[in-house]
Amino acid sequence: MQNTSMLGRVAWNTLITLLYLFLLAPIVIVFIISFDTRQYLAFPPESFSFGSYVKVFENAKFISAFWRSLAIGAIVGIVSVSAGMLLSLSLVRYKFRGKAAVNFLILAPFLVPHIVLAVGVMLVIAPIGLLDSYPGIVLAHLGITIPYTVRTITMSLMAVDTRVEEAALVHGASPAMVFWRITLPLVRPGLIAGAVIAFLISFDEATISLFIVSVKASTLPTEIYHYLEYSTDPQIAALSVILILISIGVVVAVERLVGLRRAI
Amino acid sequence: MSAAVTAPAAGAPAASRGILLLLLLPGLVALVVTFLLPLLWLFRASFASSAVGTLSGGDWTSEAYTTVLFDPFYWRVAWNTLVLGFNVAVFAVILSYPIALFLARTQSRFRGVLTALAVAPLLTSSVVRTYGWMVIFGDRGVINSTLQALSLTDGVIRLTNNSLGATVALIEILMPYAILAMLSGFGRLNVQLEEAAAMLGANRLRVFTRIVLPLSLPGVLTAALLVFVLAISSFVTPRLMGGGRVFVLGTEVFNEATVTLNWPLAAALSVMLLVLFSSIILLYQRALRALEV
Repeated sequence: MQNTSMLGRVAWNTLITLLYLFLLAPIVIVFIISFDTRQYLAFPPESFSFGSYVKVFENAKFISAFWRSLAIGAIVGIVSVSAGMLLSLSLVRYKFRGKAAVNFLILAPFLVPHIVLAVGVMLVIAPIGLLDSYPGIVLAHLGITIPYTVRTITMSLMAVDTRVEEAALVHGASPAMVFWRITLPLVRPGLIAGAVIAFLISFDEATISLFIVSVKASTLPTEIYHYLEYSTDPQIAALSVILILISIGVVVAVERLVGLRRAI
Repeated sequence: MSAAVTAPAAGAPAASRGILLLLLLPGLVALVVTFLLPLLWLFRASFASSAVGTLSGGDWTSEAYTTVLFDPFYWRVAWNTLVLGFNVAVFAVILSYPIALFLARTQSRFRGVLTALAVAPLLTSSVVRTYGWMVIFGDRGVINSTLQALSLTDGVIRLTNNSLGATVALIEILMPYAILAMLSGFGRLNVQLEEAAAMLGANRLRVFTRIVLPLSLPGVLTAALLVFVLAISSFVTPRLMGGGRVFVLGTEVFNEATVTLNWPLAAALSVMLLVLFSSIILLYQRALRALEV
């Protein structure tokens, strides 16, 4: 009996290890191949160098797309959190008719596939000339990020003890002062977490972006997509590693700053 | 931000309607413009007559839907989409189940790290992870070069440019969603219940089939639904892994919208995808209710 349970344990642990390997395989392989410098894709790598990384930094298309993605993500994060903060305030602190409808409108984007939303947004902004423009891509990303920011901010707002705010009011603070000095600092972790999530969604998003942008406002994921249609050389691996490191860096930095797990 | 400045922090329910309106307005306008309007416009556009790269307003016509319904190609596309979604959902759930079960009950102090590791791929763009699978499955990729180095094959086994590659890549890309869905659905699992059953003489298989599996079924169902709907609406992975030879609804929507510029057709295909999507969610809710009774 002892033996079979030992055997079962080993088999179970092996299974879990194999499944983890499968799950992480593409990322690990991309990491390995990024140190190759050949013009074409092949495995295993012939050399170990940072040649592909150098090529990425010399690729003007990738570099400008990177800065655009960063700017678009930052704007989406800020606007999404501002709108989300106001929506959360009204939902948590007020009772009003039509609240259920507002709640539904906020949750509904979770129920619509991105590709369907992408076609819709494309059809709406094409006639007003916003295809392949910054306002166009920011608008497109707002629809999918606001539901997330509302969710994280609502959670921190519900955790705020309203008696603290009442005490400030009783002691003569104006409502505006209470908002700036009490409420806002208390929900700051939620705001930061919301902004980070919105930024990461915008920064990594490919499906909607591919319908909205082409040349002028192309983001990094769309540039990689178009590059991959013709070539799969190790340059993309190096770029992928850089992107993965940025995502991890953002998450770790926020975790250190405010405790992301607590905020979400 | 002027609305925020005037916001009463500890607002009483009877607080002025003006402030509430100011609070609601920016977010609602954003959601209407970026979500509600696009969906309505999509529906309208699917009934417009086709002209390259524009939408002719005015008349309503069912031209696009007629094209889709009477062209066998689109029936095949719909079938391919369902098969892809089904295969991806089944395998992603089977492969995610042990990981979720392991994470739900492990006492290891690395539990946090292991959970993070399982869902960390979500932080990576799907384009990047698809590229990873192109490297693994490519003609000179990891699998083919390993097989050749071991002299197990002479030629190249085609693993990309077909639906096999797209299916495997999607399984891996969507697994973190399945794991997350299962983890949040496994709350009802209870080790004490299993110990009680074991003490009463049930063997391990029986404990699993009679206690663990039924209790985890709602989580499994949610995971399957999530993966299925994400798979049938995907296009980046099928397009890149399929190399233009895998035809699913997502790739065809993208093709009509950005290459052939037949916008009414793209809209009609999107509406059909949305209908498929919603009916599956409705079915799921009924199934979940049946499970809970």
